[in-house]
Parts: sequence; structure tokens; C-alpha cells
Amino acid sequence: MAFTAENLLLANEIVARYPKTKSAILPLAHLAQDQDGYLTQDAMREIAGMIGVTPAEVLGTCSFYTMFKRDEVGRLVVSVCTNVTCLVMGGPEVLEHLEQRYASDKEVTIEEVECLAACGNAPAMQVNYEFHESLTPGSATEIIEAYKSGELTARGVSGGVAGGGQG
Amino acid sequence: MTSVIGAPNATETRIITKRLRDRPEDSWTLDGFTQSGGYESLRAALKLDPEAIGAEQVAAAGLRGRGGAGFPTGTKWSFLPKGSYPRYLVVNGDEGEPSTFKDRMLIENDPHQLIEGIAIASYAIGCNLAFIYVRGEFALGFERLEAARRDAHAAGFLGTNILGSGFDLDIVIHRAAGAYICGEETALLSSLEGDRGMPRIRPPFPAVAGLYAKPTIVNNVETLSTVPHIMRMGAAEYAKLGVNKSTGTRIFSLSGHVNRPGNYEVELGITFRDLIESPELGGGVRNGGKVKFFIPGGASSQWLTGSDEHLDAPLDMDYVQQTFGVMLGSGAVMVYDETTNPALVAWRLAKFFAHESCGKCTPCREGTGWIEKVLYRISHGYGRPQDLDLLLDVGDNISPGLNAPFSQTTICPLGPSAVSPVVSLHKFFREEVIAMCQNNDRVLHVTASDSGTSDLGAG
Amino acid sequence: MKDEREIVTVTIDGIEMQAPKGELLIRVAQDNGTFVPRFCWHERMKPVGMCRMCLVEVEGVRGMPPACTTTVTDGMVVNTKSETVKKAQDGVLEFLLINHPLDCPVCDRGGECPLQDQTLAFGPGESRYVEEKRHFEKPIPISELVLLDRERCIQCSRCTRFADEIAGDRLIDFGERGGEMQVITYPDDPFTSYFSGNTVQVCPVGALTAKPYRFRARPWDLSAVETSCQTCSVGCRGSLESSSNELVRLLGVDVEPVNHGWLCDTGRFGYEATHAEDRVRNPMIRRNGVLVECSWPEALDAAAEGIKRSLDLHGPASIAMVGGSRGTNEDAYLWARLAKGVIGTDNVDAQIGDGLPAEVVLGLPGATIPDLDEAAAIILLGPDLKEELPVLYLRVRRAAVDLGVPILDVSAVDHGLSRYASATIRHLPGEQASAAREISAALAPLIEGRTGPIVVVLGRSDVATSAEPTVAAAAIIREIPNTRFLIALRRGNVRGAIDLGLAPGFLPGRVTLESGAERFAAAWGSAPAEVGLDTAGILNAASEGRIGALILVGADVVNDFPDRRLVRAGVGGAGFVICINATITEAAADADVFLPATVWGEKAGTTTNLEGRISRVGRKIAAVGNPMPDFRIASELAFRLGTDFDLETVEEIQDEIARVAPAFAEVDAQLLKRARDGVVLPIALHRDELVLEPRRIPVIDFSWEPIKPEGPGELEVVEPEVVEPVLEAVASDEVALPADASSGVGLPEAQLYVWSAQHTAQPTPGRDNYALRLSAGRTLYDNGRTVASTPALRALIPAQTLRVNPSEISRVGVADGESVRVSTARGSLVLSLTGDANVPAGVAVMPFNIGDTGVGDLVDVSLVVTDLRLETLR
Repeated sequence: MAFTAENLLLANEIVARYPKTKSAILPLAHLAQDQDGYLTQDAMREIAGMIGVTPAEVLGTCSFYTMFKRDEVGRLVVSVCTNVTCLVMGGPEVLEHLEQRYASDKEVTIEEVECLAACGNAPAMQVNYEFHESLTPGSATEIIEAYKSGELTARGVSGGVAGGGQG
Repeated sequence: MTSVIGAPNATETRIITKRLRDRPEDSWTLDGFTQSGGYESLRAALKLDPEAIGAEQVAAAGLRGRGGAGFPTGTKWSFLPKGSYPRYLVVNGDEGEPSTFKDRMLIENDPHQLIEGIAIASYAIGCNLAFIYVRGEFALGFERLEAARRDAHAAGFLGTNILGSGFDLDIVIHRAAGAYICGEETALLSSLEGDRGMPRIRPPFPAVAGLYAKPTIVNNVETLSTVPHIMRMGAAEYAKLGVNKSTGTRIFSLSGHVNRPGNYEVELGITFRDLIESPELGGGVRNGGKVKFFIPGGASSQWLTGSDEHLDAPLDMDYVQQTFGVMLGSGAVMVYDETTNPALVAWRLAKFFAHESCGKCTPCREGTGWIEKVLYRISHGYGRPQDLDLLLDVGDNISPGLNAPFSQTTICPLGPSAVSPVVSLHKFFREEVIAMCQNNDRVLHVTASDSGTSDLGAG
Repeated sequence: MKDEREIVTVTIDGIEMQAPKGELLIRVAQDNGTFVPRFCWHERMKPVGMCRMCLVEVEGVRGMPPACTTTVTDGMVVNTKSETVKKAQDGVLEFLLINHPLDCPVCDRGGECPLQDQTLAFGPGESRYVEEKRHFEKPIPISELVLLDRERCIQCSRCTRFADEIAGDRLIDFGERGGEMQVITYPDDPFTSYFSGNTVQVCPVGALTAKPYRFRARPWDLSAVETSCQTCSVGCRGSLESSSNELVRLLGVDVEPVNHGWLCDTGRFGYEATHAEDRVRNPMIRRNGVLVECSWPEALDAAAEGIKRSLDLHGPASIAMVGGSRGTNEDAYLWARLAKGVIGTDNVDAQIGDGLPAEVVLGLPGATIPDLDEAAAIILLGPDLKEELPVLYLRVRRAAVDLGVPILDVSAVDHGLSRYASATIRHLPGEQASAAREISAALAPLIEGRTGPIVVVLGRSDVATSAEPTVAAAAIIREIPNTRFLIALRRGNVRGAIDLGLAPGFLPGRVTLESGAERFAAAWGSAPAEVGLDTAGILNAASEGRIGALILVGADVVNDFPDRRLVRAGVGGAGFVICINATITEAAADADVFLPATVWGEKAGTTTNLEGRISRVGRKIAAVGNPMPDFRIASELAFRLGTDFDLETVEEIQDEIARVAPAFAEVDAQLLKRARDGVVLPIALHRDELVLEPRRIPVIDFSWEPIKPEGPGELEVVEPEVVEPVLEAVASDEVALPADASSGVGLPEAQLYVWSAQHTAQPTPGRDNYALRLSAGRTLYDNGRTVASTPALRALIPAQTLRVNPSEISRVGVADGESVRVSTARGSLVLSLTGDANVPAGVAVMPFNIGDTGVGDLVDVSLVVTDLRLETLR
């Protein structure tokens, strides 16, 4: 869906930060994804209109970056690292366990990701971009369940903070 | 510090990590920062001739980029063409080199230190608009940076007429979105301009035509976080730390099969053995084991082994480069004990590079995927005896000569980075790998790993 | 453009050569005979260094830099053939092949594919790649015209860069990354660029294919002729290719002064119209009210008889000729000679009420297309170039975007180039003259510190407004110092037709009737006594019964003339109608005689583009059935009216034109054959632009690279004139040589026309507040013959709609897209109304010649402007 009135104000403020408007594609796409859960086609079209490029350019840019989801995802996006430190510290086992555990849970989307810069306490994962480290299959499941129950929540980054403006 | 071999100090030397270690409860806040000397270096710098900061401080301190290439920072700044404005400072906070996790720590726990470094650097190079390109996955880091920027602005450390100096600076914090290649500075600039993060042909170099085709300096988070301390300590004092042309301290991200993985800020010049085994640092290999091999400078580097020759080499960028053809790179040291299958690690690295290849250059786009598929077969029991030599030749077509520093048929070093694990397997584990490839009567043509192609559709 | 760069010495593969400093190494090598293999580099686009095929060794440089991004410096020593280079090239080739499908036998590019060629020449026999190849659904349409096969794509980005850099239509881009990187369009946003066919041409492999050409031919079955496109008056050079006497492809040829190798999609795919089902194959005459086929002698006799009857009864002024702007110069000349020299009428007009008076076309100082590149500024006061003269749009866009030439946009509504304008003067349709008075002031800051001419692209921006305001504006702009004009008329050879006398008041060679009467009386035997009527005048006269014989030459007047009521009354009121055309148009349905003509591709000759540049059109196929070239039809009619032109070949006509038509002095058949980039008239002003080189035919198996007329290839073999249907009635053995066959020496002098610009403008009436003023420009895809007869293009004709500012929609009180009644002084129509914020308030925009009813039903050509009112249907 289109930007909400509040997000539209924020979006315009974001566009104004940059000497050239096209720079705003990534932040606007983050904003749209935070609002809608994933990056919808309508959103990319709206962003294209706001910054004066074609929708194909917005899609071309956004599809380059793995964080942008172009299909619906669960409320909880769980990103499990299996890169070379997590690989030898149990990351693949955590991933496999979670994939099976949440295979039919529409609320949870499990994805394998590259290094999250949390190798000191491998294996690591993120739930909606909140770090969780030193995992075991069991502890990872407990964490996800805590998000599901509302005991844990993730910060809404683009919506909450990016609107700070100068000063 | 002049010795080449030998451990000057097997403990941490905390300079840029001092605050976040000393006051873990509030190191990221403005109060925590200013109560521990924060923004005093900026105040002092603003009284100096801007050009002198680059030459007499940063260059004299011998500061070299902490992102991976190790290029002298002061020299980089001096490449800006005279009289050409606007010019931009872009901070590379897209930390994504596997097993590197120092910048995340600095961003999350000492964002004002970075902002102070940016302000000093911007003043020195004549920039009034700086960008922090921060890795998209760092949600907490982004939040803390934004808060720090806002607080610094409110307190007069950013904005117009900073501390009454007449110098103006705004910072835009730009959240990336998941692409390792954007850690390469020209790809980062493409990304910051709203394009696909693909590296650009050089020349022109960013210092001449970078962001929006204007003169641009791209510096790493750790590099800029160091700048306030050089101002505070004085260049001469800072340069006393370290060894040879590797002055000062660096944060090493130690991970893998060690007892005490983590970030350690140490003086350059201690040895790998110090880092891995010192009780105050890595604390030795887990379960009393031995190092089978380690990757000394992030995923792109070729590997070293648990031999004395390798373990006793000093953390000196030039020494390891010249002696072993490896790099200190981003300061990540991954340690693997003897339980590790090196082919599996090599495959996972190749998979990473294939996944992160931007697709621009043919050898990397096609070659990294090819290497990944063959290494998958080797590491999963489908290897053929000729596969390792095939890999070497494919690698040679990406990185002719297979040596470090990379020679490359590509624009940027990502493709050649994928060749590093292949060369390392060949150098140190050839027999082990060939043995894995014997008598495999199974033949795998379709890899289960990464061969799926996504279909964007069109029209 | 003059190259003022320092010259340096470079050694490539041991051979020393000179080159301008800073030039790309790959180009220097190529210009000196060393072809460095490449896929991504295209010399009309910015280098990206992606494919890595052109890596070379440079002494003193570490590694292997790509030749396409390396610039030459003095003393540079380059090796393009060392073992190291060869290894790298083999490696790149292997990398490209591992995921490339082995479907060459069914690939359109097979036979002219660099990947295939190089693999065949240097590649290993067997693949070392045992893994599964990448798979995509193949091929997928990305527009009505272009299909994309992502498995074949080698990610060179030529297509995406073309769309971005050259066309400015970034509707395709790369999506995903790494091994999955692929060309994408946005969902429901097809690649509707007017220039999409160029991406197919520059694609080095068969990833992009054009629907009309797919599976139609193999490159080795093709034969080609170099020609000029006649779809519009830019005159793009192309290589026209056929297989088994059927046109199958037109490729752009890279000619520096004209089209840089690009074509628009109408030009590229319009050849399909040649093979349209409704081509008339035999002449026809009206018997018992019905057109029936007959023999050529019967038809020609009947046509001549109709002319003669009117001539005898009412004199030469009772005869009129409309059209002639779609043929060759040779056709135009003989039509002019027939009308003015044989029949004696000056009621002759190649334009169909939608152009500018010949005085303006011929009498203003001319600019060339390359003048745009070096202009101090470009003033646009005319049609939407993107819609009407697409490749000129590319050139102006390039001047603005790449060369920094400021553009002053003087227009009633936003058009394709408005976004590139440095300054804009908006005016109501019809208020061009008052807008022109603001130009000097608006121009001053743009040209400060700049050199070069001020190029004015002048034309009719719409057909709902008469030519009057544009003429008045031209008179004002001409007073601005250093201005040169590109006259933006649309039809393929309209400029040639006017140059050769198909305009009232003019004789061939840019001379007025008055100035040239004596000369042409000497050359032809007679010339018209008084100035005749233009098309509107002819139709008015015909509607009043004053035209006894109307000759329609290739004209679709009912659809092309802006005022349908007048055209129907005119054609209906003419005593006798002779139609020369390829198909039965609406006007032809009223014809008494129909004479089928050959069309572009079926006949040789020359054409003149909007600069006044004459270039050759090639004959590629023989017409099916019995159509005749226009010039021969004109000769036959003249013969029957008592004059034997005695001109059997195109070359003989060219020589006669050079002899008698003053502006064409020296431009004889010999020169036309030798002038590589054509000849710009008058030759005295453009002599130093002439490039005389042996011509070569385009090389088909290299079609993905810029095709150069001087490129590698075989020397052109001039095909023997094909024998046309032989007519017994023509066989004449009385051959009389003119007194002086080789030059104009001996003919009375005639002055080349210069417009006095003494123009008293007919005032433009004001617009009342309740009316909207109509602006009716053309779209590239309309009901015109080329598009309507081309299956691939027909589907692209947009829907008819009236676009207005959104405020008007709410004022009328309807919903966006709702139908309303649109009324003018002439008539009313029901049309859907679309809101468009780019349309200024007070203006309504509607494309001309779309749909069965439209602008032609609303316009009264006797009025300067067309004001309309909107009413709800409720």
C-alpha cells in the first residue's frame, strides 16, 4: 500500500537529505518495507514517482540487496548465519532445526544469511534484525517463541529513528 | 618498536576500545562520551589549520586504513584536487567481511567517537556533508548512530558554526540493505547514489570523482574512530605504538575454535600466536587442541597453518604480505582446530563470494559460482580427482598467477577473493583434498546448495 | 566535430601509431586495424569494462587493463595478443559459455554471433563444466516487439545502457545480482520505448530478439542494401535485408551526421507494410461505379484522358496534384515536371495541410543535424520530436545531456524533450508569435559564453492550429542573430518534394515560379503562368466544382488532412480523381483511376531529409504483381499528354535534375553514388562536408557492432536496373537528345529563394474562459499507412482520449476517464477525458489520426485555432 500520511512526511524529509534524490531509494525502500512487512510493487512504483526514476530502476536497485523482500514474509524474519565461523560453531544445525520447526508457521520466516558480524559469540541469528548470539537449536527456538508471545520485541528502525531530522 | 619478530605485549592496548570497555553502561551516550574526554579533540582540531591535520597529524602518525587495504589515510586525503568543492566524506560502516565484527562494536558502543573522528576529518579535508553508510542489518547500531548524531547536533558538535569555529557539518546516516560488495568503496558510492552496488572503473578515483562525481574520501569506521586519539596523543606518541609501517593499535576480531573469541585491540607487532594463545587474548585453542589452519585477515585472505613459522609471524601488514602472501585485511582472525574439514570451509567461503558477487565482471559472476559448485561436490563427497586442478585453472582465469596481492581479470578484488580458499587448499591440504576425491562413484551434476535461480519475471 | 586533442604515439602489437591523447585504447586499436575482441563495449555508449573480453597488457601497468576503459598516453606500449592476454580471453569465453545454452541452431543470432564465432575459432572442443546450467523461462516478451531470453544473456548491459544513456527510457534494467543478474522490466510496465529495436541490434547474442524477425531468416541467407529510411524526414541510414525476395530486417547504419546507427521502431519494423495483404497489384479503373482491374495501358490512357478533358474544357488551373512526399526525389521531379511543365498547372502541393508554407521551408537559413552538437543553444518550436522525428529527438537529447547544449523549449504542452530544457516558454496553441517575442530575453543567459549557431527546430506543433502562428514566429526568430533552422516536417521525402517543385509557387531547385519561369520554359518547354493553390486551396476549389482532375500521389488525404469535412467535399467534388498509391485509402475509394505504385524497398533513387541532405535509397526486392515506380507512371502520363521525357533510368533523372534545378547544381548521379554521407543542398555551402569514398555494403555477420558505411565489407556491386513491366504503348523509337544533356549551361539563370520574412500575421483570436484550446500533435504510432499496415506496430496505437488539466475534469464534473461531448465550431464528438497535470489549464491535448473519428472531425482549417467546449453526457 501507499505510504501512510505520517510516513509520507518522513519520506519527503528523507528525499530532501540528499544532494541527488535517487540516493533516497534505499532508505525509502526500508521505510516502505517496515510499513508493509515487505517491499510491495505499489511501494516501488510510489518511490519511483517520488524521486523521478522509472519503477524498473527502483526494482533494479532494490533487487540487488538481500534485505528487501519482494514477497510476503512472516511477521518475524529470522536470519541465521552459516558463514565460516558459525559453520564450525553449529550455525547449520540451528538453521536446519528452525527450518523444520517453523516450516508451516506463517508467522515466522527463516532465512539463511551471510556473516552478521557476531562471530565472537557464534553461532548467531537475528530476529527482525535484533542480534541473538551463542545459540543452540534449543535456545534459538526459545527466543523465537519469546518474540511470538510478545515477551521480546524488535525496534522499528526506519520508522522510529530515521525521522529525527537535523538537530 | 623496531623488532620484526617478537611479542611486545601480549595484552590489549586499549585506545579506541577504552571507553566502551570502561563504561559499558553508557559509553554510547553523549554524557558518557563527554565525561570521558569526548569532543575535546574536535575542539582542539578546530583551532588548527585544516591542512595541517592531514599532514602533521594523521599522516605523521602513520595511520593506515583499517578496512582491509591498509592504505595510508593521510596520503588518501592529500589526493583531493585543490579548489574543487563540494567534497564529501563517506564512512564505510558496511562491515561484512566474514568473521569481522569490530566496526559493529564501535558503532553500537561508541558512536560519538566515530562522529568526532568524522568531524575532525571533515574539517581537515573541507567537507560540509558527510555520510555514514552503515550496514543494514545493524539495527541497534543505526539507532545509536542516529541518536548520537541528533545529540551531537543539539550540543553544537555538528551543524552550523561548530563550537564557534565557523565550520559547518551535517551527517546523513544511510542504512544499507544487504550486499557485501558495498564494502568496496566504489560500489559503496554507487549504492549511496541509489544504484545497484556495483564497483566502478578506476580511474577516476573517488578522491577525484566519487559521490555524485565530486571529490570524495571513503574511510573505515575504525580508521576514523582512531583520528580523535591521534589528535589527543599527538602523532609522534601514536606512531610509537606498533611496528614498522604498521603503527598504532588495531582491533582484531578473533573467532572460531579458541577459548576466548572476541574483539581485541592490540598493538601491531604482536604475533598470531600471542593473539591466539595469550591468556588475556584468545586463550588458546578449545579443548587443548591445536591450530590446523587459520584465516588471518578476513575471508578474502589466503590461509596460514598451525606451523610455528606461521604462528610466530607478527601482526605487521607488510611483513605477512611479503613473507606469506596473505593480508591482515579487515583484522579478522578465524581459527580452526584439527577437527575441521578445510574443504568445507573453502566451500562455504566460495558460496559466500558467489552469493555476494555483484555480477558485473564475467570472470567473477560466472567463476565464483563455478568454484562454489565444484567445492560443494568436493566437500560433500562428490569430488573427482581432477577437480582441484580444474579449480586452480578456473581460479587462474580470475586471478592470474594465483598470488597475493591479487592480480585480477575483474574490476574489484571480490572474484579473486574466492580464489584464496582454492589456493590455500592446494598449498596446505592438497593431499587431504585429493584423498577426499578418490573412489567417489557417485556423480553429482546438480548441486543442492545454490543452483536455484530466482525468476523476477518481466513484462 | 574538430578534434583538437594532442597527438601521441602508441605501439600496439609492435606497430607504432598516432592517436589523439585520451582516446580509448580499443578504438585506437580498431582504427588502426587491430580488432580487440569485446562484448560490452559499444562505441556509441560509455565504456563499462564489464565483459572483460578486451583485457590487454600495457607495459609498466600491473595486471591486464581492459582496452575499452584505458586511454592512450604517449609512449604507451600495448600487447593485445600475448599468451597472457590469450589465456585471459579464453577464460572469459569459457566463463560466458558455462551458463550459455547450446541452442545456436534455433537462435536468431546464430551465424552472426561473436560468442559463437570466437568459440568456433578458439574455444575448446569440450566443456570442463559438468554442473547444471542456469535456467530461466525462455523467451519472455518484454514488449509487443521484443523478446528476452535470459539464458542466452551474457550481461553485457548494452541494452540497459542504450535505454538509459541513449534513449532516456530506462524501462529495462538489471535485476538481482551475481549469477542471477538478469535484464528486467517492471511488472505491467513493458519496454515500450520507441527505440526498443536498437537493443536487439546491439545485443551481441540472441538474448533480445525482435518479434518481426524471429525465425524469419538465417544471416547467411540474407542479402543487404544500404538505404535511407523514409518513415520520417530524418532519413536514418540503414541496411535493408531480404531473404527470398522478402524484406526481413532493417538495421541502423552508423552515419555520423545523421543517425549514429540508431533507428526508431516504426522505421525499423515498418518494412512489414511493404508486404501488406492489401497492396494493390494491378491498375484499376472505375466501371459502372466500381473499381475493376485492368491493364496498364488501359489505366494510363484513362488517366491521361481524364486530365486532357479537364485541360481542354477548363484550362490547366482546373487540374491539381496533391502528395508526392513519400517517394523518391526522382519521382517528385517527374511529378513536378508533369504538372508544371506538361499540364501547366501550379496547383501542386506535396504537403497535406499539416506542414509549413514552402516559403518558410525553403527560404530560411538551414542547419544540419551535426550543427545541433555544436550549437550555442537549441530552440524547439515545433512538434514533439520524440513522436514525429524520433531519431532527431535522440540527437537533441544527446546534445543536451552529453554535450551540455542548452535547450529553450517554446511549446504549448510538455513533450518528450521538455525535461531536458534549460528554459521554457509556455504559450497557448496559436500564440507562438507572442512566445517568439520572449525568446531573445530567455536565450541571452543560455548562450552566454557559448559559441556556435543557434539551431531552431521549427515546425507545426499541432494540426488543430494553422501554420499561420508558426510562420509569424519564424519571422520573429529569424531576426535573432546567428540562427539556423531545421524544418521539422514529418513525411519521409517532404523536403525533397518541396525542393523539387511540388509546392505552389515554386519550381524544382528552390526557385520561385517568377524567378525560374524563363529557365524552366527553356528546359521543359513551358512553365505555369501563375501561382497556384496549396492543398487547402485545392480542396476548397474542388468542393466548389473548380477542379476537373485531381491527382493524388501517394497521399491518404482523408486521414492526413486536418479537416475531414473539407477533404471529403473536395475529393467528392473533383471531376475526375486519379490515385497513385500502394493500397486503397479512403480517398482512393472515390478514384476514377487507380495506379498501383512501388514503395520503399522496391525502388532505387534518392531521398532528401529535413536538413536538405540527399542520400540514396536502395532497391532490395522486386515488387509482387505489377506496380510501377512513380517516376515511370509520371513519364507514361506525360507521354500520353504529348511530352516524351525520355528518361529511362534513375540516373538519367538525377542528371537532368542537376542540370535544370538550380539548387541541385553539380549533384548528379556520379556524385550521389560517391558521397558516402549524402549531399547537403546547396552544395556551395556544404562542400567541405562531402566525404567521397568508395562505398561498401554493410556486413551482415557483424550486425551487433556499429555498421559503418565505410566499414569492413565488400565493395558495393551496383545492381543492374531491373526491367519493369514492358508496355507496348510506350515503346518509342523517337529519341531526341536535349540540347545540353550534361550541365545547366545555356539555361537562363534563376535565383535560389530567400524568404523575405515580410509577414503580416493573421491575428490569433482570444480564447474565452469556458473554452479549451486544442493541441493536436501526432504520435509515433497512429493510423498512418506504415503503422497501420505493420502487424507488429498496429497493436501499439494508443487509445483515443482527450487529455486536460485535472482541474478541468472537476470543472466539468465528471470522473477521470469518463466520456464527454466535445464540440467545436466544426463538429462534435464523444471522447473519454483524461486528467494530466502536465497539460496546462485552458488547453486540451488529443493525438491526431487515431481512431475512426477524431481531430479531423473537429478542425476547420479556415480558422487559426480550434477552441472546444466540454459537456457531460448526463
